[in-house]
Amino acid sequence: MTILEIIVTLPLLAALVIGLGAPARFTALGASVLVLIMSLVTALRFSPSIEGALQNVSSRPLMQMDGFPSLSLSFGLDGISLVMLLLSAIVMVAAVLVSPKESDLKHSPRLFYLSLLLIGGGAIGAFCSTDLFFLYAFHELALIPTFLMIGIFGTGKNRLRTAWTITIYLGVGSLVLLVGLILAVIGLGGSTFNIEELTALASDAPMAAEMQNWVFFLLLVGFGVLVSLFPFHSWAAPAYAEAPAPVAMLHAGVLKKFGLYGLIRVALPFAPAGAEVLLNLVLVLLLGNIIYIGLVTIAQKSLDRMLGYSSVMHMGYIFLGIAASNELGLSGAVLLMFAHGISIALLFAMSGWLREKYGTLEFNKLGGIGKQVPKLGLLFGFAAFASAGLPGFANFAAEVEVFIGAFAGAQDGLGWIQWATIISLWGVVISAVYMLRAYRAIFMGPIPEKLEAPADICWSMRLPLIILLVALTAVGFVPELLNQFIRPAITVLLAAAG
Amino acid sequence: MDVTTIAWTVLLLPLIVAVSILLGLKRWSGLASLVSTGSAFITLFLCIRLAGGGDDLEAASFSWINMGDALQIDIGLVLDDLSRGMMLIVTSIGFLVHLFSLAYMKDDAGKSRYFAGLSLFMFSMTGIVLADNFIMMFIFWELVGVSSYILIGHWFEKDSAADAAKKAFLTNRIGDFGFMIGILLVWTLTGSIYFNEIAAAVGGVENAKLLNIAVFCVFCGAIGKSAQLPLHVWLPDAMEGPTPVSALIHAATMVAAGVFMLARVTFLVESAEMAATVIAWIGAITALVAALMALQQNDIKRILAYSTLSQLGYMIMAQGVHHGSDAGMFHLYTHAFFKALLFLGSGAVIYACHHEQDIWKMGGLRKKMPITFITFAIGTAALIAVPFTSGFWSKEAILEAAHHEHLWGPYTLAIIVAFLTPFYMTRLVIVAFFGKNRSDNADHAKEVGPIMWVPLALLAFMAVFSAYDFLTGPLMANGHADIGHLIGHFGLTATLSLTGLVVGVSAAIYFYKGKDKDPISIPAFADRFYIDEIYEKLIAIFQDGASKVCDLLDRYFIDPIVARFPAMTAMTTGSILRIFQMGNVQTYAFMFSIAVVALIVFLIS
Repeated sequence: MTILEIIVTLPLLAALVIGLGAPARFTALGASVLVLIMSLVTALRFSPSIEGALQNVSSRPLMQMDGFPSLSLSFGLDGISLVMLLLSAIVMVAAVLVSPKESDLKHSPRLFYLSLLLIGGGAIGAFCSTDLFFLYAFHELALIPTFLMIGIFGTGKNRLRTAWTITIYLGVGSLVLLVGLILAVIGLGGSTFNIEELTALASDAPMAAEMQNWVFFLLLVGFGVLVSLFPFHSWAAPAYAEAPAPVAMLHAGVLKKFGLYGLIRVALPFAPAGAEVLLNLVLVLLLGNIIYIGLVTIAQKSLDRMLGYSSVMHMGYIFLGIAASNELGLSGAVLLMFAHGISIALLFAMSGWLREKYGTLEFNKLGGIGKQVPKLGLLFGFAAFASAGLPGFANFAAEVEVFIGAFAGAQDGLGWIQWATIISLWGVVISAVYMLRAYRAIFMGPIPEKLEAPADICWSMRLPLIILLVALTAVGFVPELLNQFIRPAITVLLAAAG
Repeated sequence: MDVTTIAWTVLLLPLIVAVSILLGLKRWSGLASLVSTGSAFITLFLCIRLAGGGDDLEAASFSWINMGDALQIDIGLVLDDLSRGMMLIVTSIGFLVHLFSLAYMKDDAGKSRYFAGLSLFMFSMTGIVLADNFIMMFIFWELVGVSSYILIGHWFEKDSAADAAKKAFLTNRIGDFGFMIGILLVWTLTGSIYFNEIAAAVGGVENAKLLNIAVFCVFCGAIGKSAQLPLHVWLPDAMEGPTPVSALIHAATMVAAGVFMLARVTFLVESAEMAATVIAWIGAITALVAALMALQQNDIKRILAYSTLSQLGYMIMAQGVHHGSDAGMFHLYTHAFFKALLFLGSGAVIYACHHEQDIWKMGGLRKKMPITFITFAIGTAALIAVPFTSGFWSKEAILEAAHHEHLWGPYTLAIIVAFLTPFYMTRLVIVAFFGKNRSDNADHAKEVGPIMWVPLALLAFMAVFSAYDFLTGPLMANGHADIGHLIGHFGLTATLSLTGLVVGVSAAIYFYKGKDKDPISIPAFADRFYIDEIYEKLIAIFQDGASKVCDLLDRYFIDPIVARFPAMTAMTTGSILRIFQMGNVQTYAFMFSIAVVALIVFLIS
């Protein structure tokens, strides 16, 4: 077995062991820490000099039948999937750490930790799969426990309804995606599920233009639903508001990135002509994410919903990088996936803590708690500024790449994408408005009467926050830490897409 | 140490101090404040060494984003006359503010946080000054915004301070929106983000219209940071921060950044004629409008705040004048000293009067606080351009530059301001320092201790002499006191500004001598032309209104149509529903997970 296969298997195996009776929190923590260590080792041993080729490759053929695409359980990493693996591993450790102790869970701690591992493990499996079938299957594997967690361990009164809404919503999205993927595989000859081979086929024997338009459209909608692309976003904010904090962290931080990953990994290289035709549609939709959802975010009156909407809004910038479809834009998009994943996990972890300690996240019931819990106030300030795109954090570096990438090639006059970029820059103001308003409402000003001070965050809470913050600042100061992996992979991807 | 090491030390030392206070030193606030002040002294010392001259150089750089041919962004330092001179201003004022704060913030509960904020501010400002490219400048530009947020909001438990901090950051962000577009456009037009490469390429740009737009967008950044109309509203509110912070923000750091940035890219401004004219006009209008507002303020710090706005207007105007950039920087340099002096002086007054800021509740302080009075009077003399003080020379330089280029519109406005400034400053001095004590607080006022008056005295010296050769030295190669030139070219400008001085001072003495309340009442000036109120209404209508509409649209239109409808249909028909109604979701989930995991384990092994 390769180290990558162990990384993919370990969380699932740990979930199984927990199901069979092993101590839940201990096993989950052990497995996720091991996964993180092995991912870091993989990154250290990863050689960016092998220009963009897959590494840590393994393949186990499962099915070879005439007239049917060949299927194998195969894994491998290029720079993009490596970055996503690191993101998943970091957030998974943090999510397990902030999870309540077994004794604090009202029911079935086993199910709780088992589900966490399945979400994280499923996401890792999806990012590391080099086979289209398993890419899809692993994501579905991660999705189902998400629904369960919201329905069973969620916080709001409406949690069952919310759970069912997103089950069906994302279910329909996955279905559209499945149709798109099947169409793509058939369109590319129907001989294999292997993504690399399919990509090669797409550049050697591309699909007809009409077909490409359909494939890209279906993939855009299918993946788009999963990423909460406007107007398919309304599942996200209530789901994140009602999910337990670790699930919101894992879903908003990691699993949601699957849709974007899919667009970069599958949709762009398989149907480049379709992507070009539908570019303007993408631009309109991403402005919907940035400006329209941005305004909706400003109108929110409680922290959890505000964070939920803000995470929808920030997807727009990643779409902008994808729309730019050049080295800089796509690299920025991948880096932003990482940055956003870490920063939103950080914010959800802290909002979960606040909800538990103060019993509310509504702005008008909180105030001045920077005096009561100064350490949390400080960390929240960092996270809020990171999310608002402040230099020093990874988000800013990624956004700079996206913006400059979107402006490339405008020497002869501004095109649609440059205008879209200019409009979307206003989102930088919008995100500062809602983040600072929230910070002002919760942490600054006089403390309302009757608001009792809890003890400030203890080390078991500080540790995961610090891990996330260190990742965010390290990449913010030295984006090359990840760019060295991303750059060659994007070059290969673009070369393949012609 | 070689020059490169010194430059990097100057940049990084304040950051290291800020981080170490954050990570541990904060428990010992006394130590934290001393370390921070010590680092400010060291950077000042190093900057004096740097200022000794030498060739222009680009210190070794660190590759921040490396995207091959597509984009290279380095963090690199540039040392030339402009940055050396500016660094001297930043670090000298910065050090004095640190020193003054040791006493002023002695008993503050958040002292560690305050000094960490000051160090972060010094780091950010140094980065702007030494930046060799637009993106690096933008990075530190944003960090200045954050540091100001931390310092203005230092007493964050007060609503007013919390709001002021937020307002400062957001107003600046609006300017930065334009700045970023400007950077992107400049990059598009010249293919570079590095100042020296842009300077070389800008002559070859054919699309003059887009170049003008680009320069105007870049200028938007300066409108925000240097608080020009229409984004000036944050600066007076920023008085909510501790007074030494006001001195730092107003004199040496934040607001100076916009002027400095334009001076750094003079080659861009000069190549875009339309944009330059707009810059000159906006500067002149700001100078006038702010001076009018200052006429009717009663809070000592607010009067100074509006005078800062007004003086910044002068500096910005100079940036828009052909060959005027040096004059603008010269005024920035002299202004930094006398405005820091005035702010710290007002801090001493406020401290002595038990946090009384209304000048009508002061009075007679001349006798109670002689040192503060004398230094404050010297600062005032420089601000109102009494001949042979530093402020006189630099203001003269700006007016001369505008005159020389026949920019009659901005020139006229600037001359009017030269009549108003002496009036409102004399009003301030008469009401606060002369006459009789008008409140108990003023009655009990005592002179402040040496740790506060020594910085005042040093600054007072600079307020008079900073314009002269022996102090400007090689730094302000094109701006220094030149008496011979003045006598040789004594003309319209000098005559008008001296008339303004005499008329302004006499009128203020005539109106305010011996008065207990303001004999003049012009509500429009006192209420700042209602601009803040208008903005609040606009925000309520456009931003909050639009947010509400979008929110409702989302709840009652998009969600039902895109989400609920398919969901409902599926729910009523779905067989999944039946599993759910059987109730035992957990069992189902558990069985499912086991099955999936077992399948995968089976497949792999």
